[in-house]
Amino acid sequence: MSGDHDGPAATVAARVRRVEALLEQRGLVDSRELDRALDAFLARASPANGARLTARAWLDEAFRARLLADANAALPELGLSMGGGLQEQRLKVVANTEEEHNVIVCTLCSCYPIALLGPSPTWYKSQAYRSRVVRDPRAVLAEFGFVLDPAIAINVWDASAESRYMVLPRRPAGTGDLDEGALAALVTRDGLIGVAPV
Amino acid sequence: MDELFGPGDQVRTSRVDPPHHTRLPRYARGAPGTVIECEGRHPLPDLRARRLRAEPEPVYAVRFAARDLFGEGDHTVTLDLWQSYLQPAAAREPR
Repeated sequence: MSGDHDGPAATVAARVRRVEALLEQRGLVDSRELDRALDAFLARASPANGARLTARAWLDEAFRARLLADANAALPELGLSMGGGLQEQRLKVVANTEEEHNVIVCTLCSCYPIALLGPSPTWYKSQAYRSRVVRDPRAVLAEFGFVLDPAIAINVWDASAESRYMVLPRRPAGTGDLDEGALAALVTRDGLIGVAPV
Repeated sequence: MDELFGPGDQVRTSRVDPPHHTRLPRYARGAPGTVIECEGRHPLPDLRARRLRAEPEPVYAVRFAARDLFGEGDHTVTLDLWQSYLQPAAAREPR
């Protein structure tokens, strides 16, 4: 099993610094190289990326179809990729509809599409969210203030292997006259995880 | 390893409680599910974590009814599972 993220953040940070120091001492990693790689990755990682994808999918039916069929192939159309880490990760975009709502989780650790959503929120890594959202998603959404229409079915996606998931929210009513930039501004990180409407 | 399953196939997850790392969550052990699609091929983490030789094998998105996992609930849960965790649903459950 992968680790528990609930311990005091300071303890974890101290452990990471210690491991990093040992790796450097033994010449296994170069600290400058590590910093450069992290900075480059995080500079590009933002929920603004997921928001751009969403706005384009709302406006362009053909792009939406390509995004849902093969997200990794569609991302470069907006200058994005899932290749920021050690290897390119498979991305699966799951679309909310009038009948179905999607929500993502990683019950075993904290897998998350960082490139498109930025660093994950603390609650996403908490034992409570990870264990409860698979068991009773409707109640968990309600605790986020999101009371989903009881007629809408819920699909929970547990990223337990090498794929990452992003939710494609439904386009809000009354946004017919907004352009791509204004639509993207409506999209929130929580909407892309599936714990909030857009 | 050949792809044993395709979209729509009914499968059942392993009931084994392994004494080592695994990526088959405990809550989804011994449960019936439906294959959605194959997601590619990756080495089995159960072997890699023990530094054992692991050839890439198919990984599938498999959908479960909450009722089959928890005994109640009207939602579904979709997991990404290595082929080694799955057997055809028709097979007799190992004792």
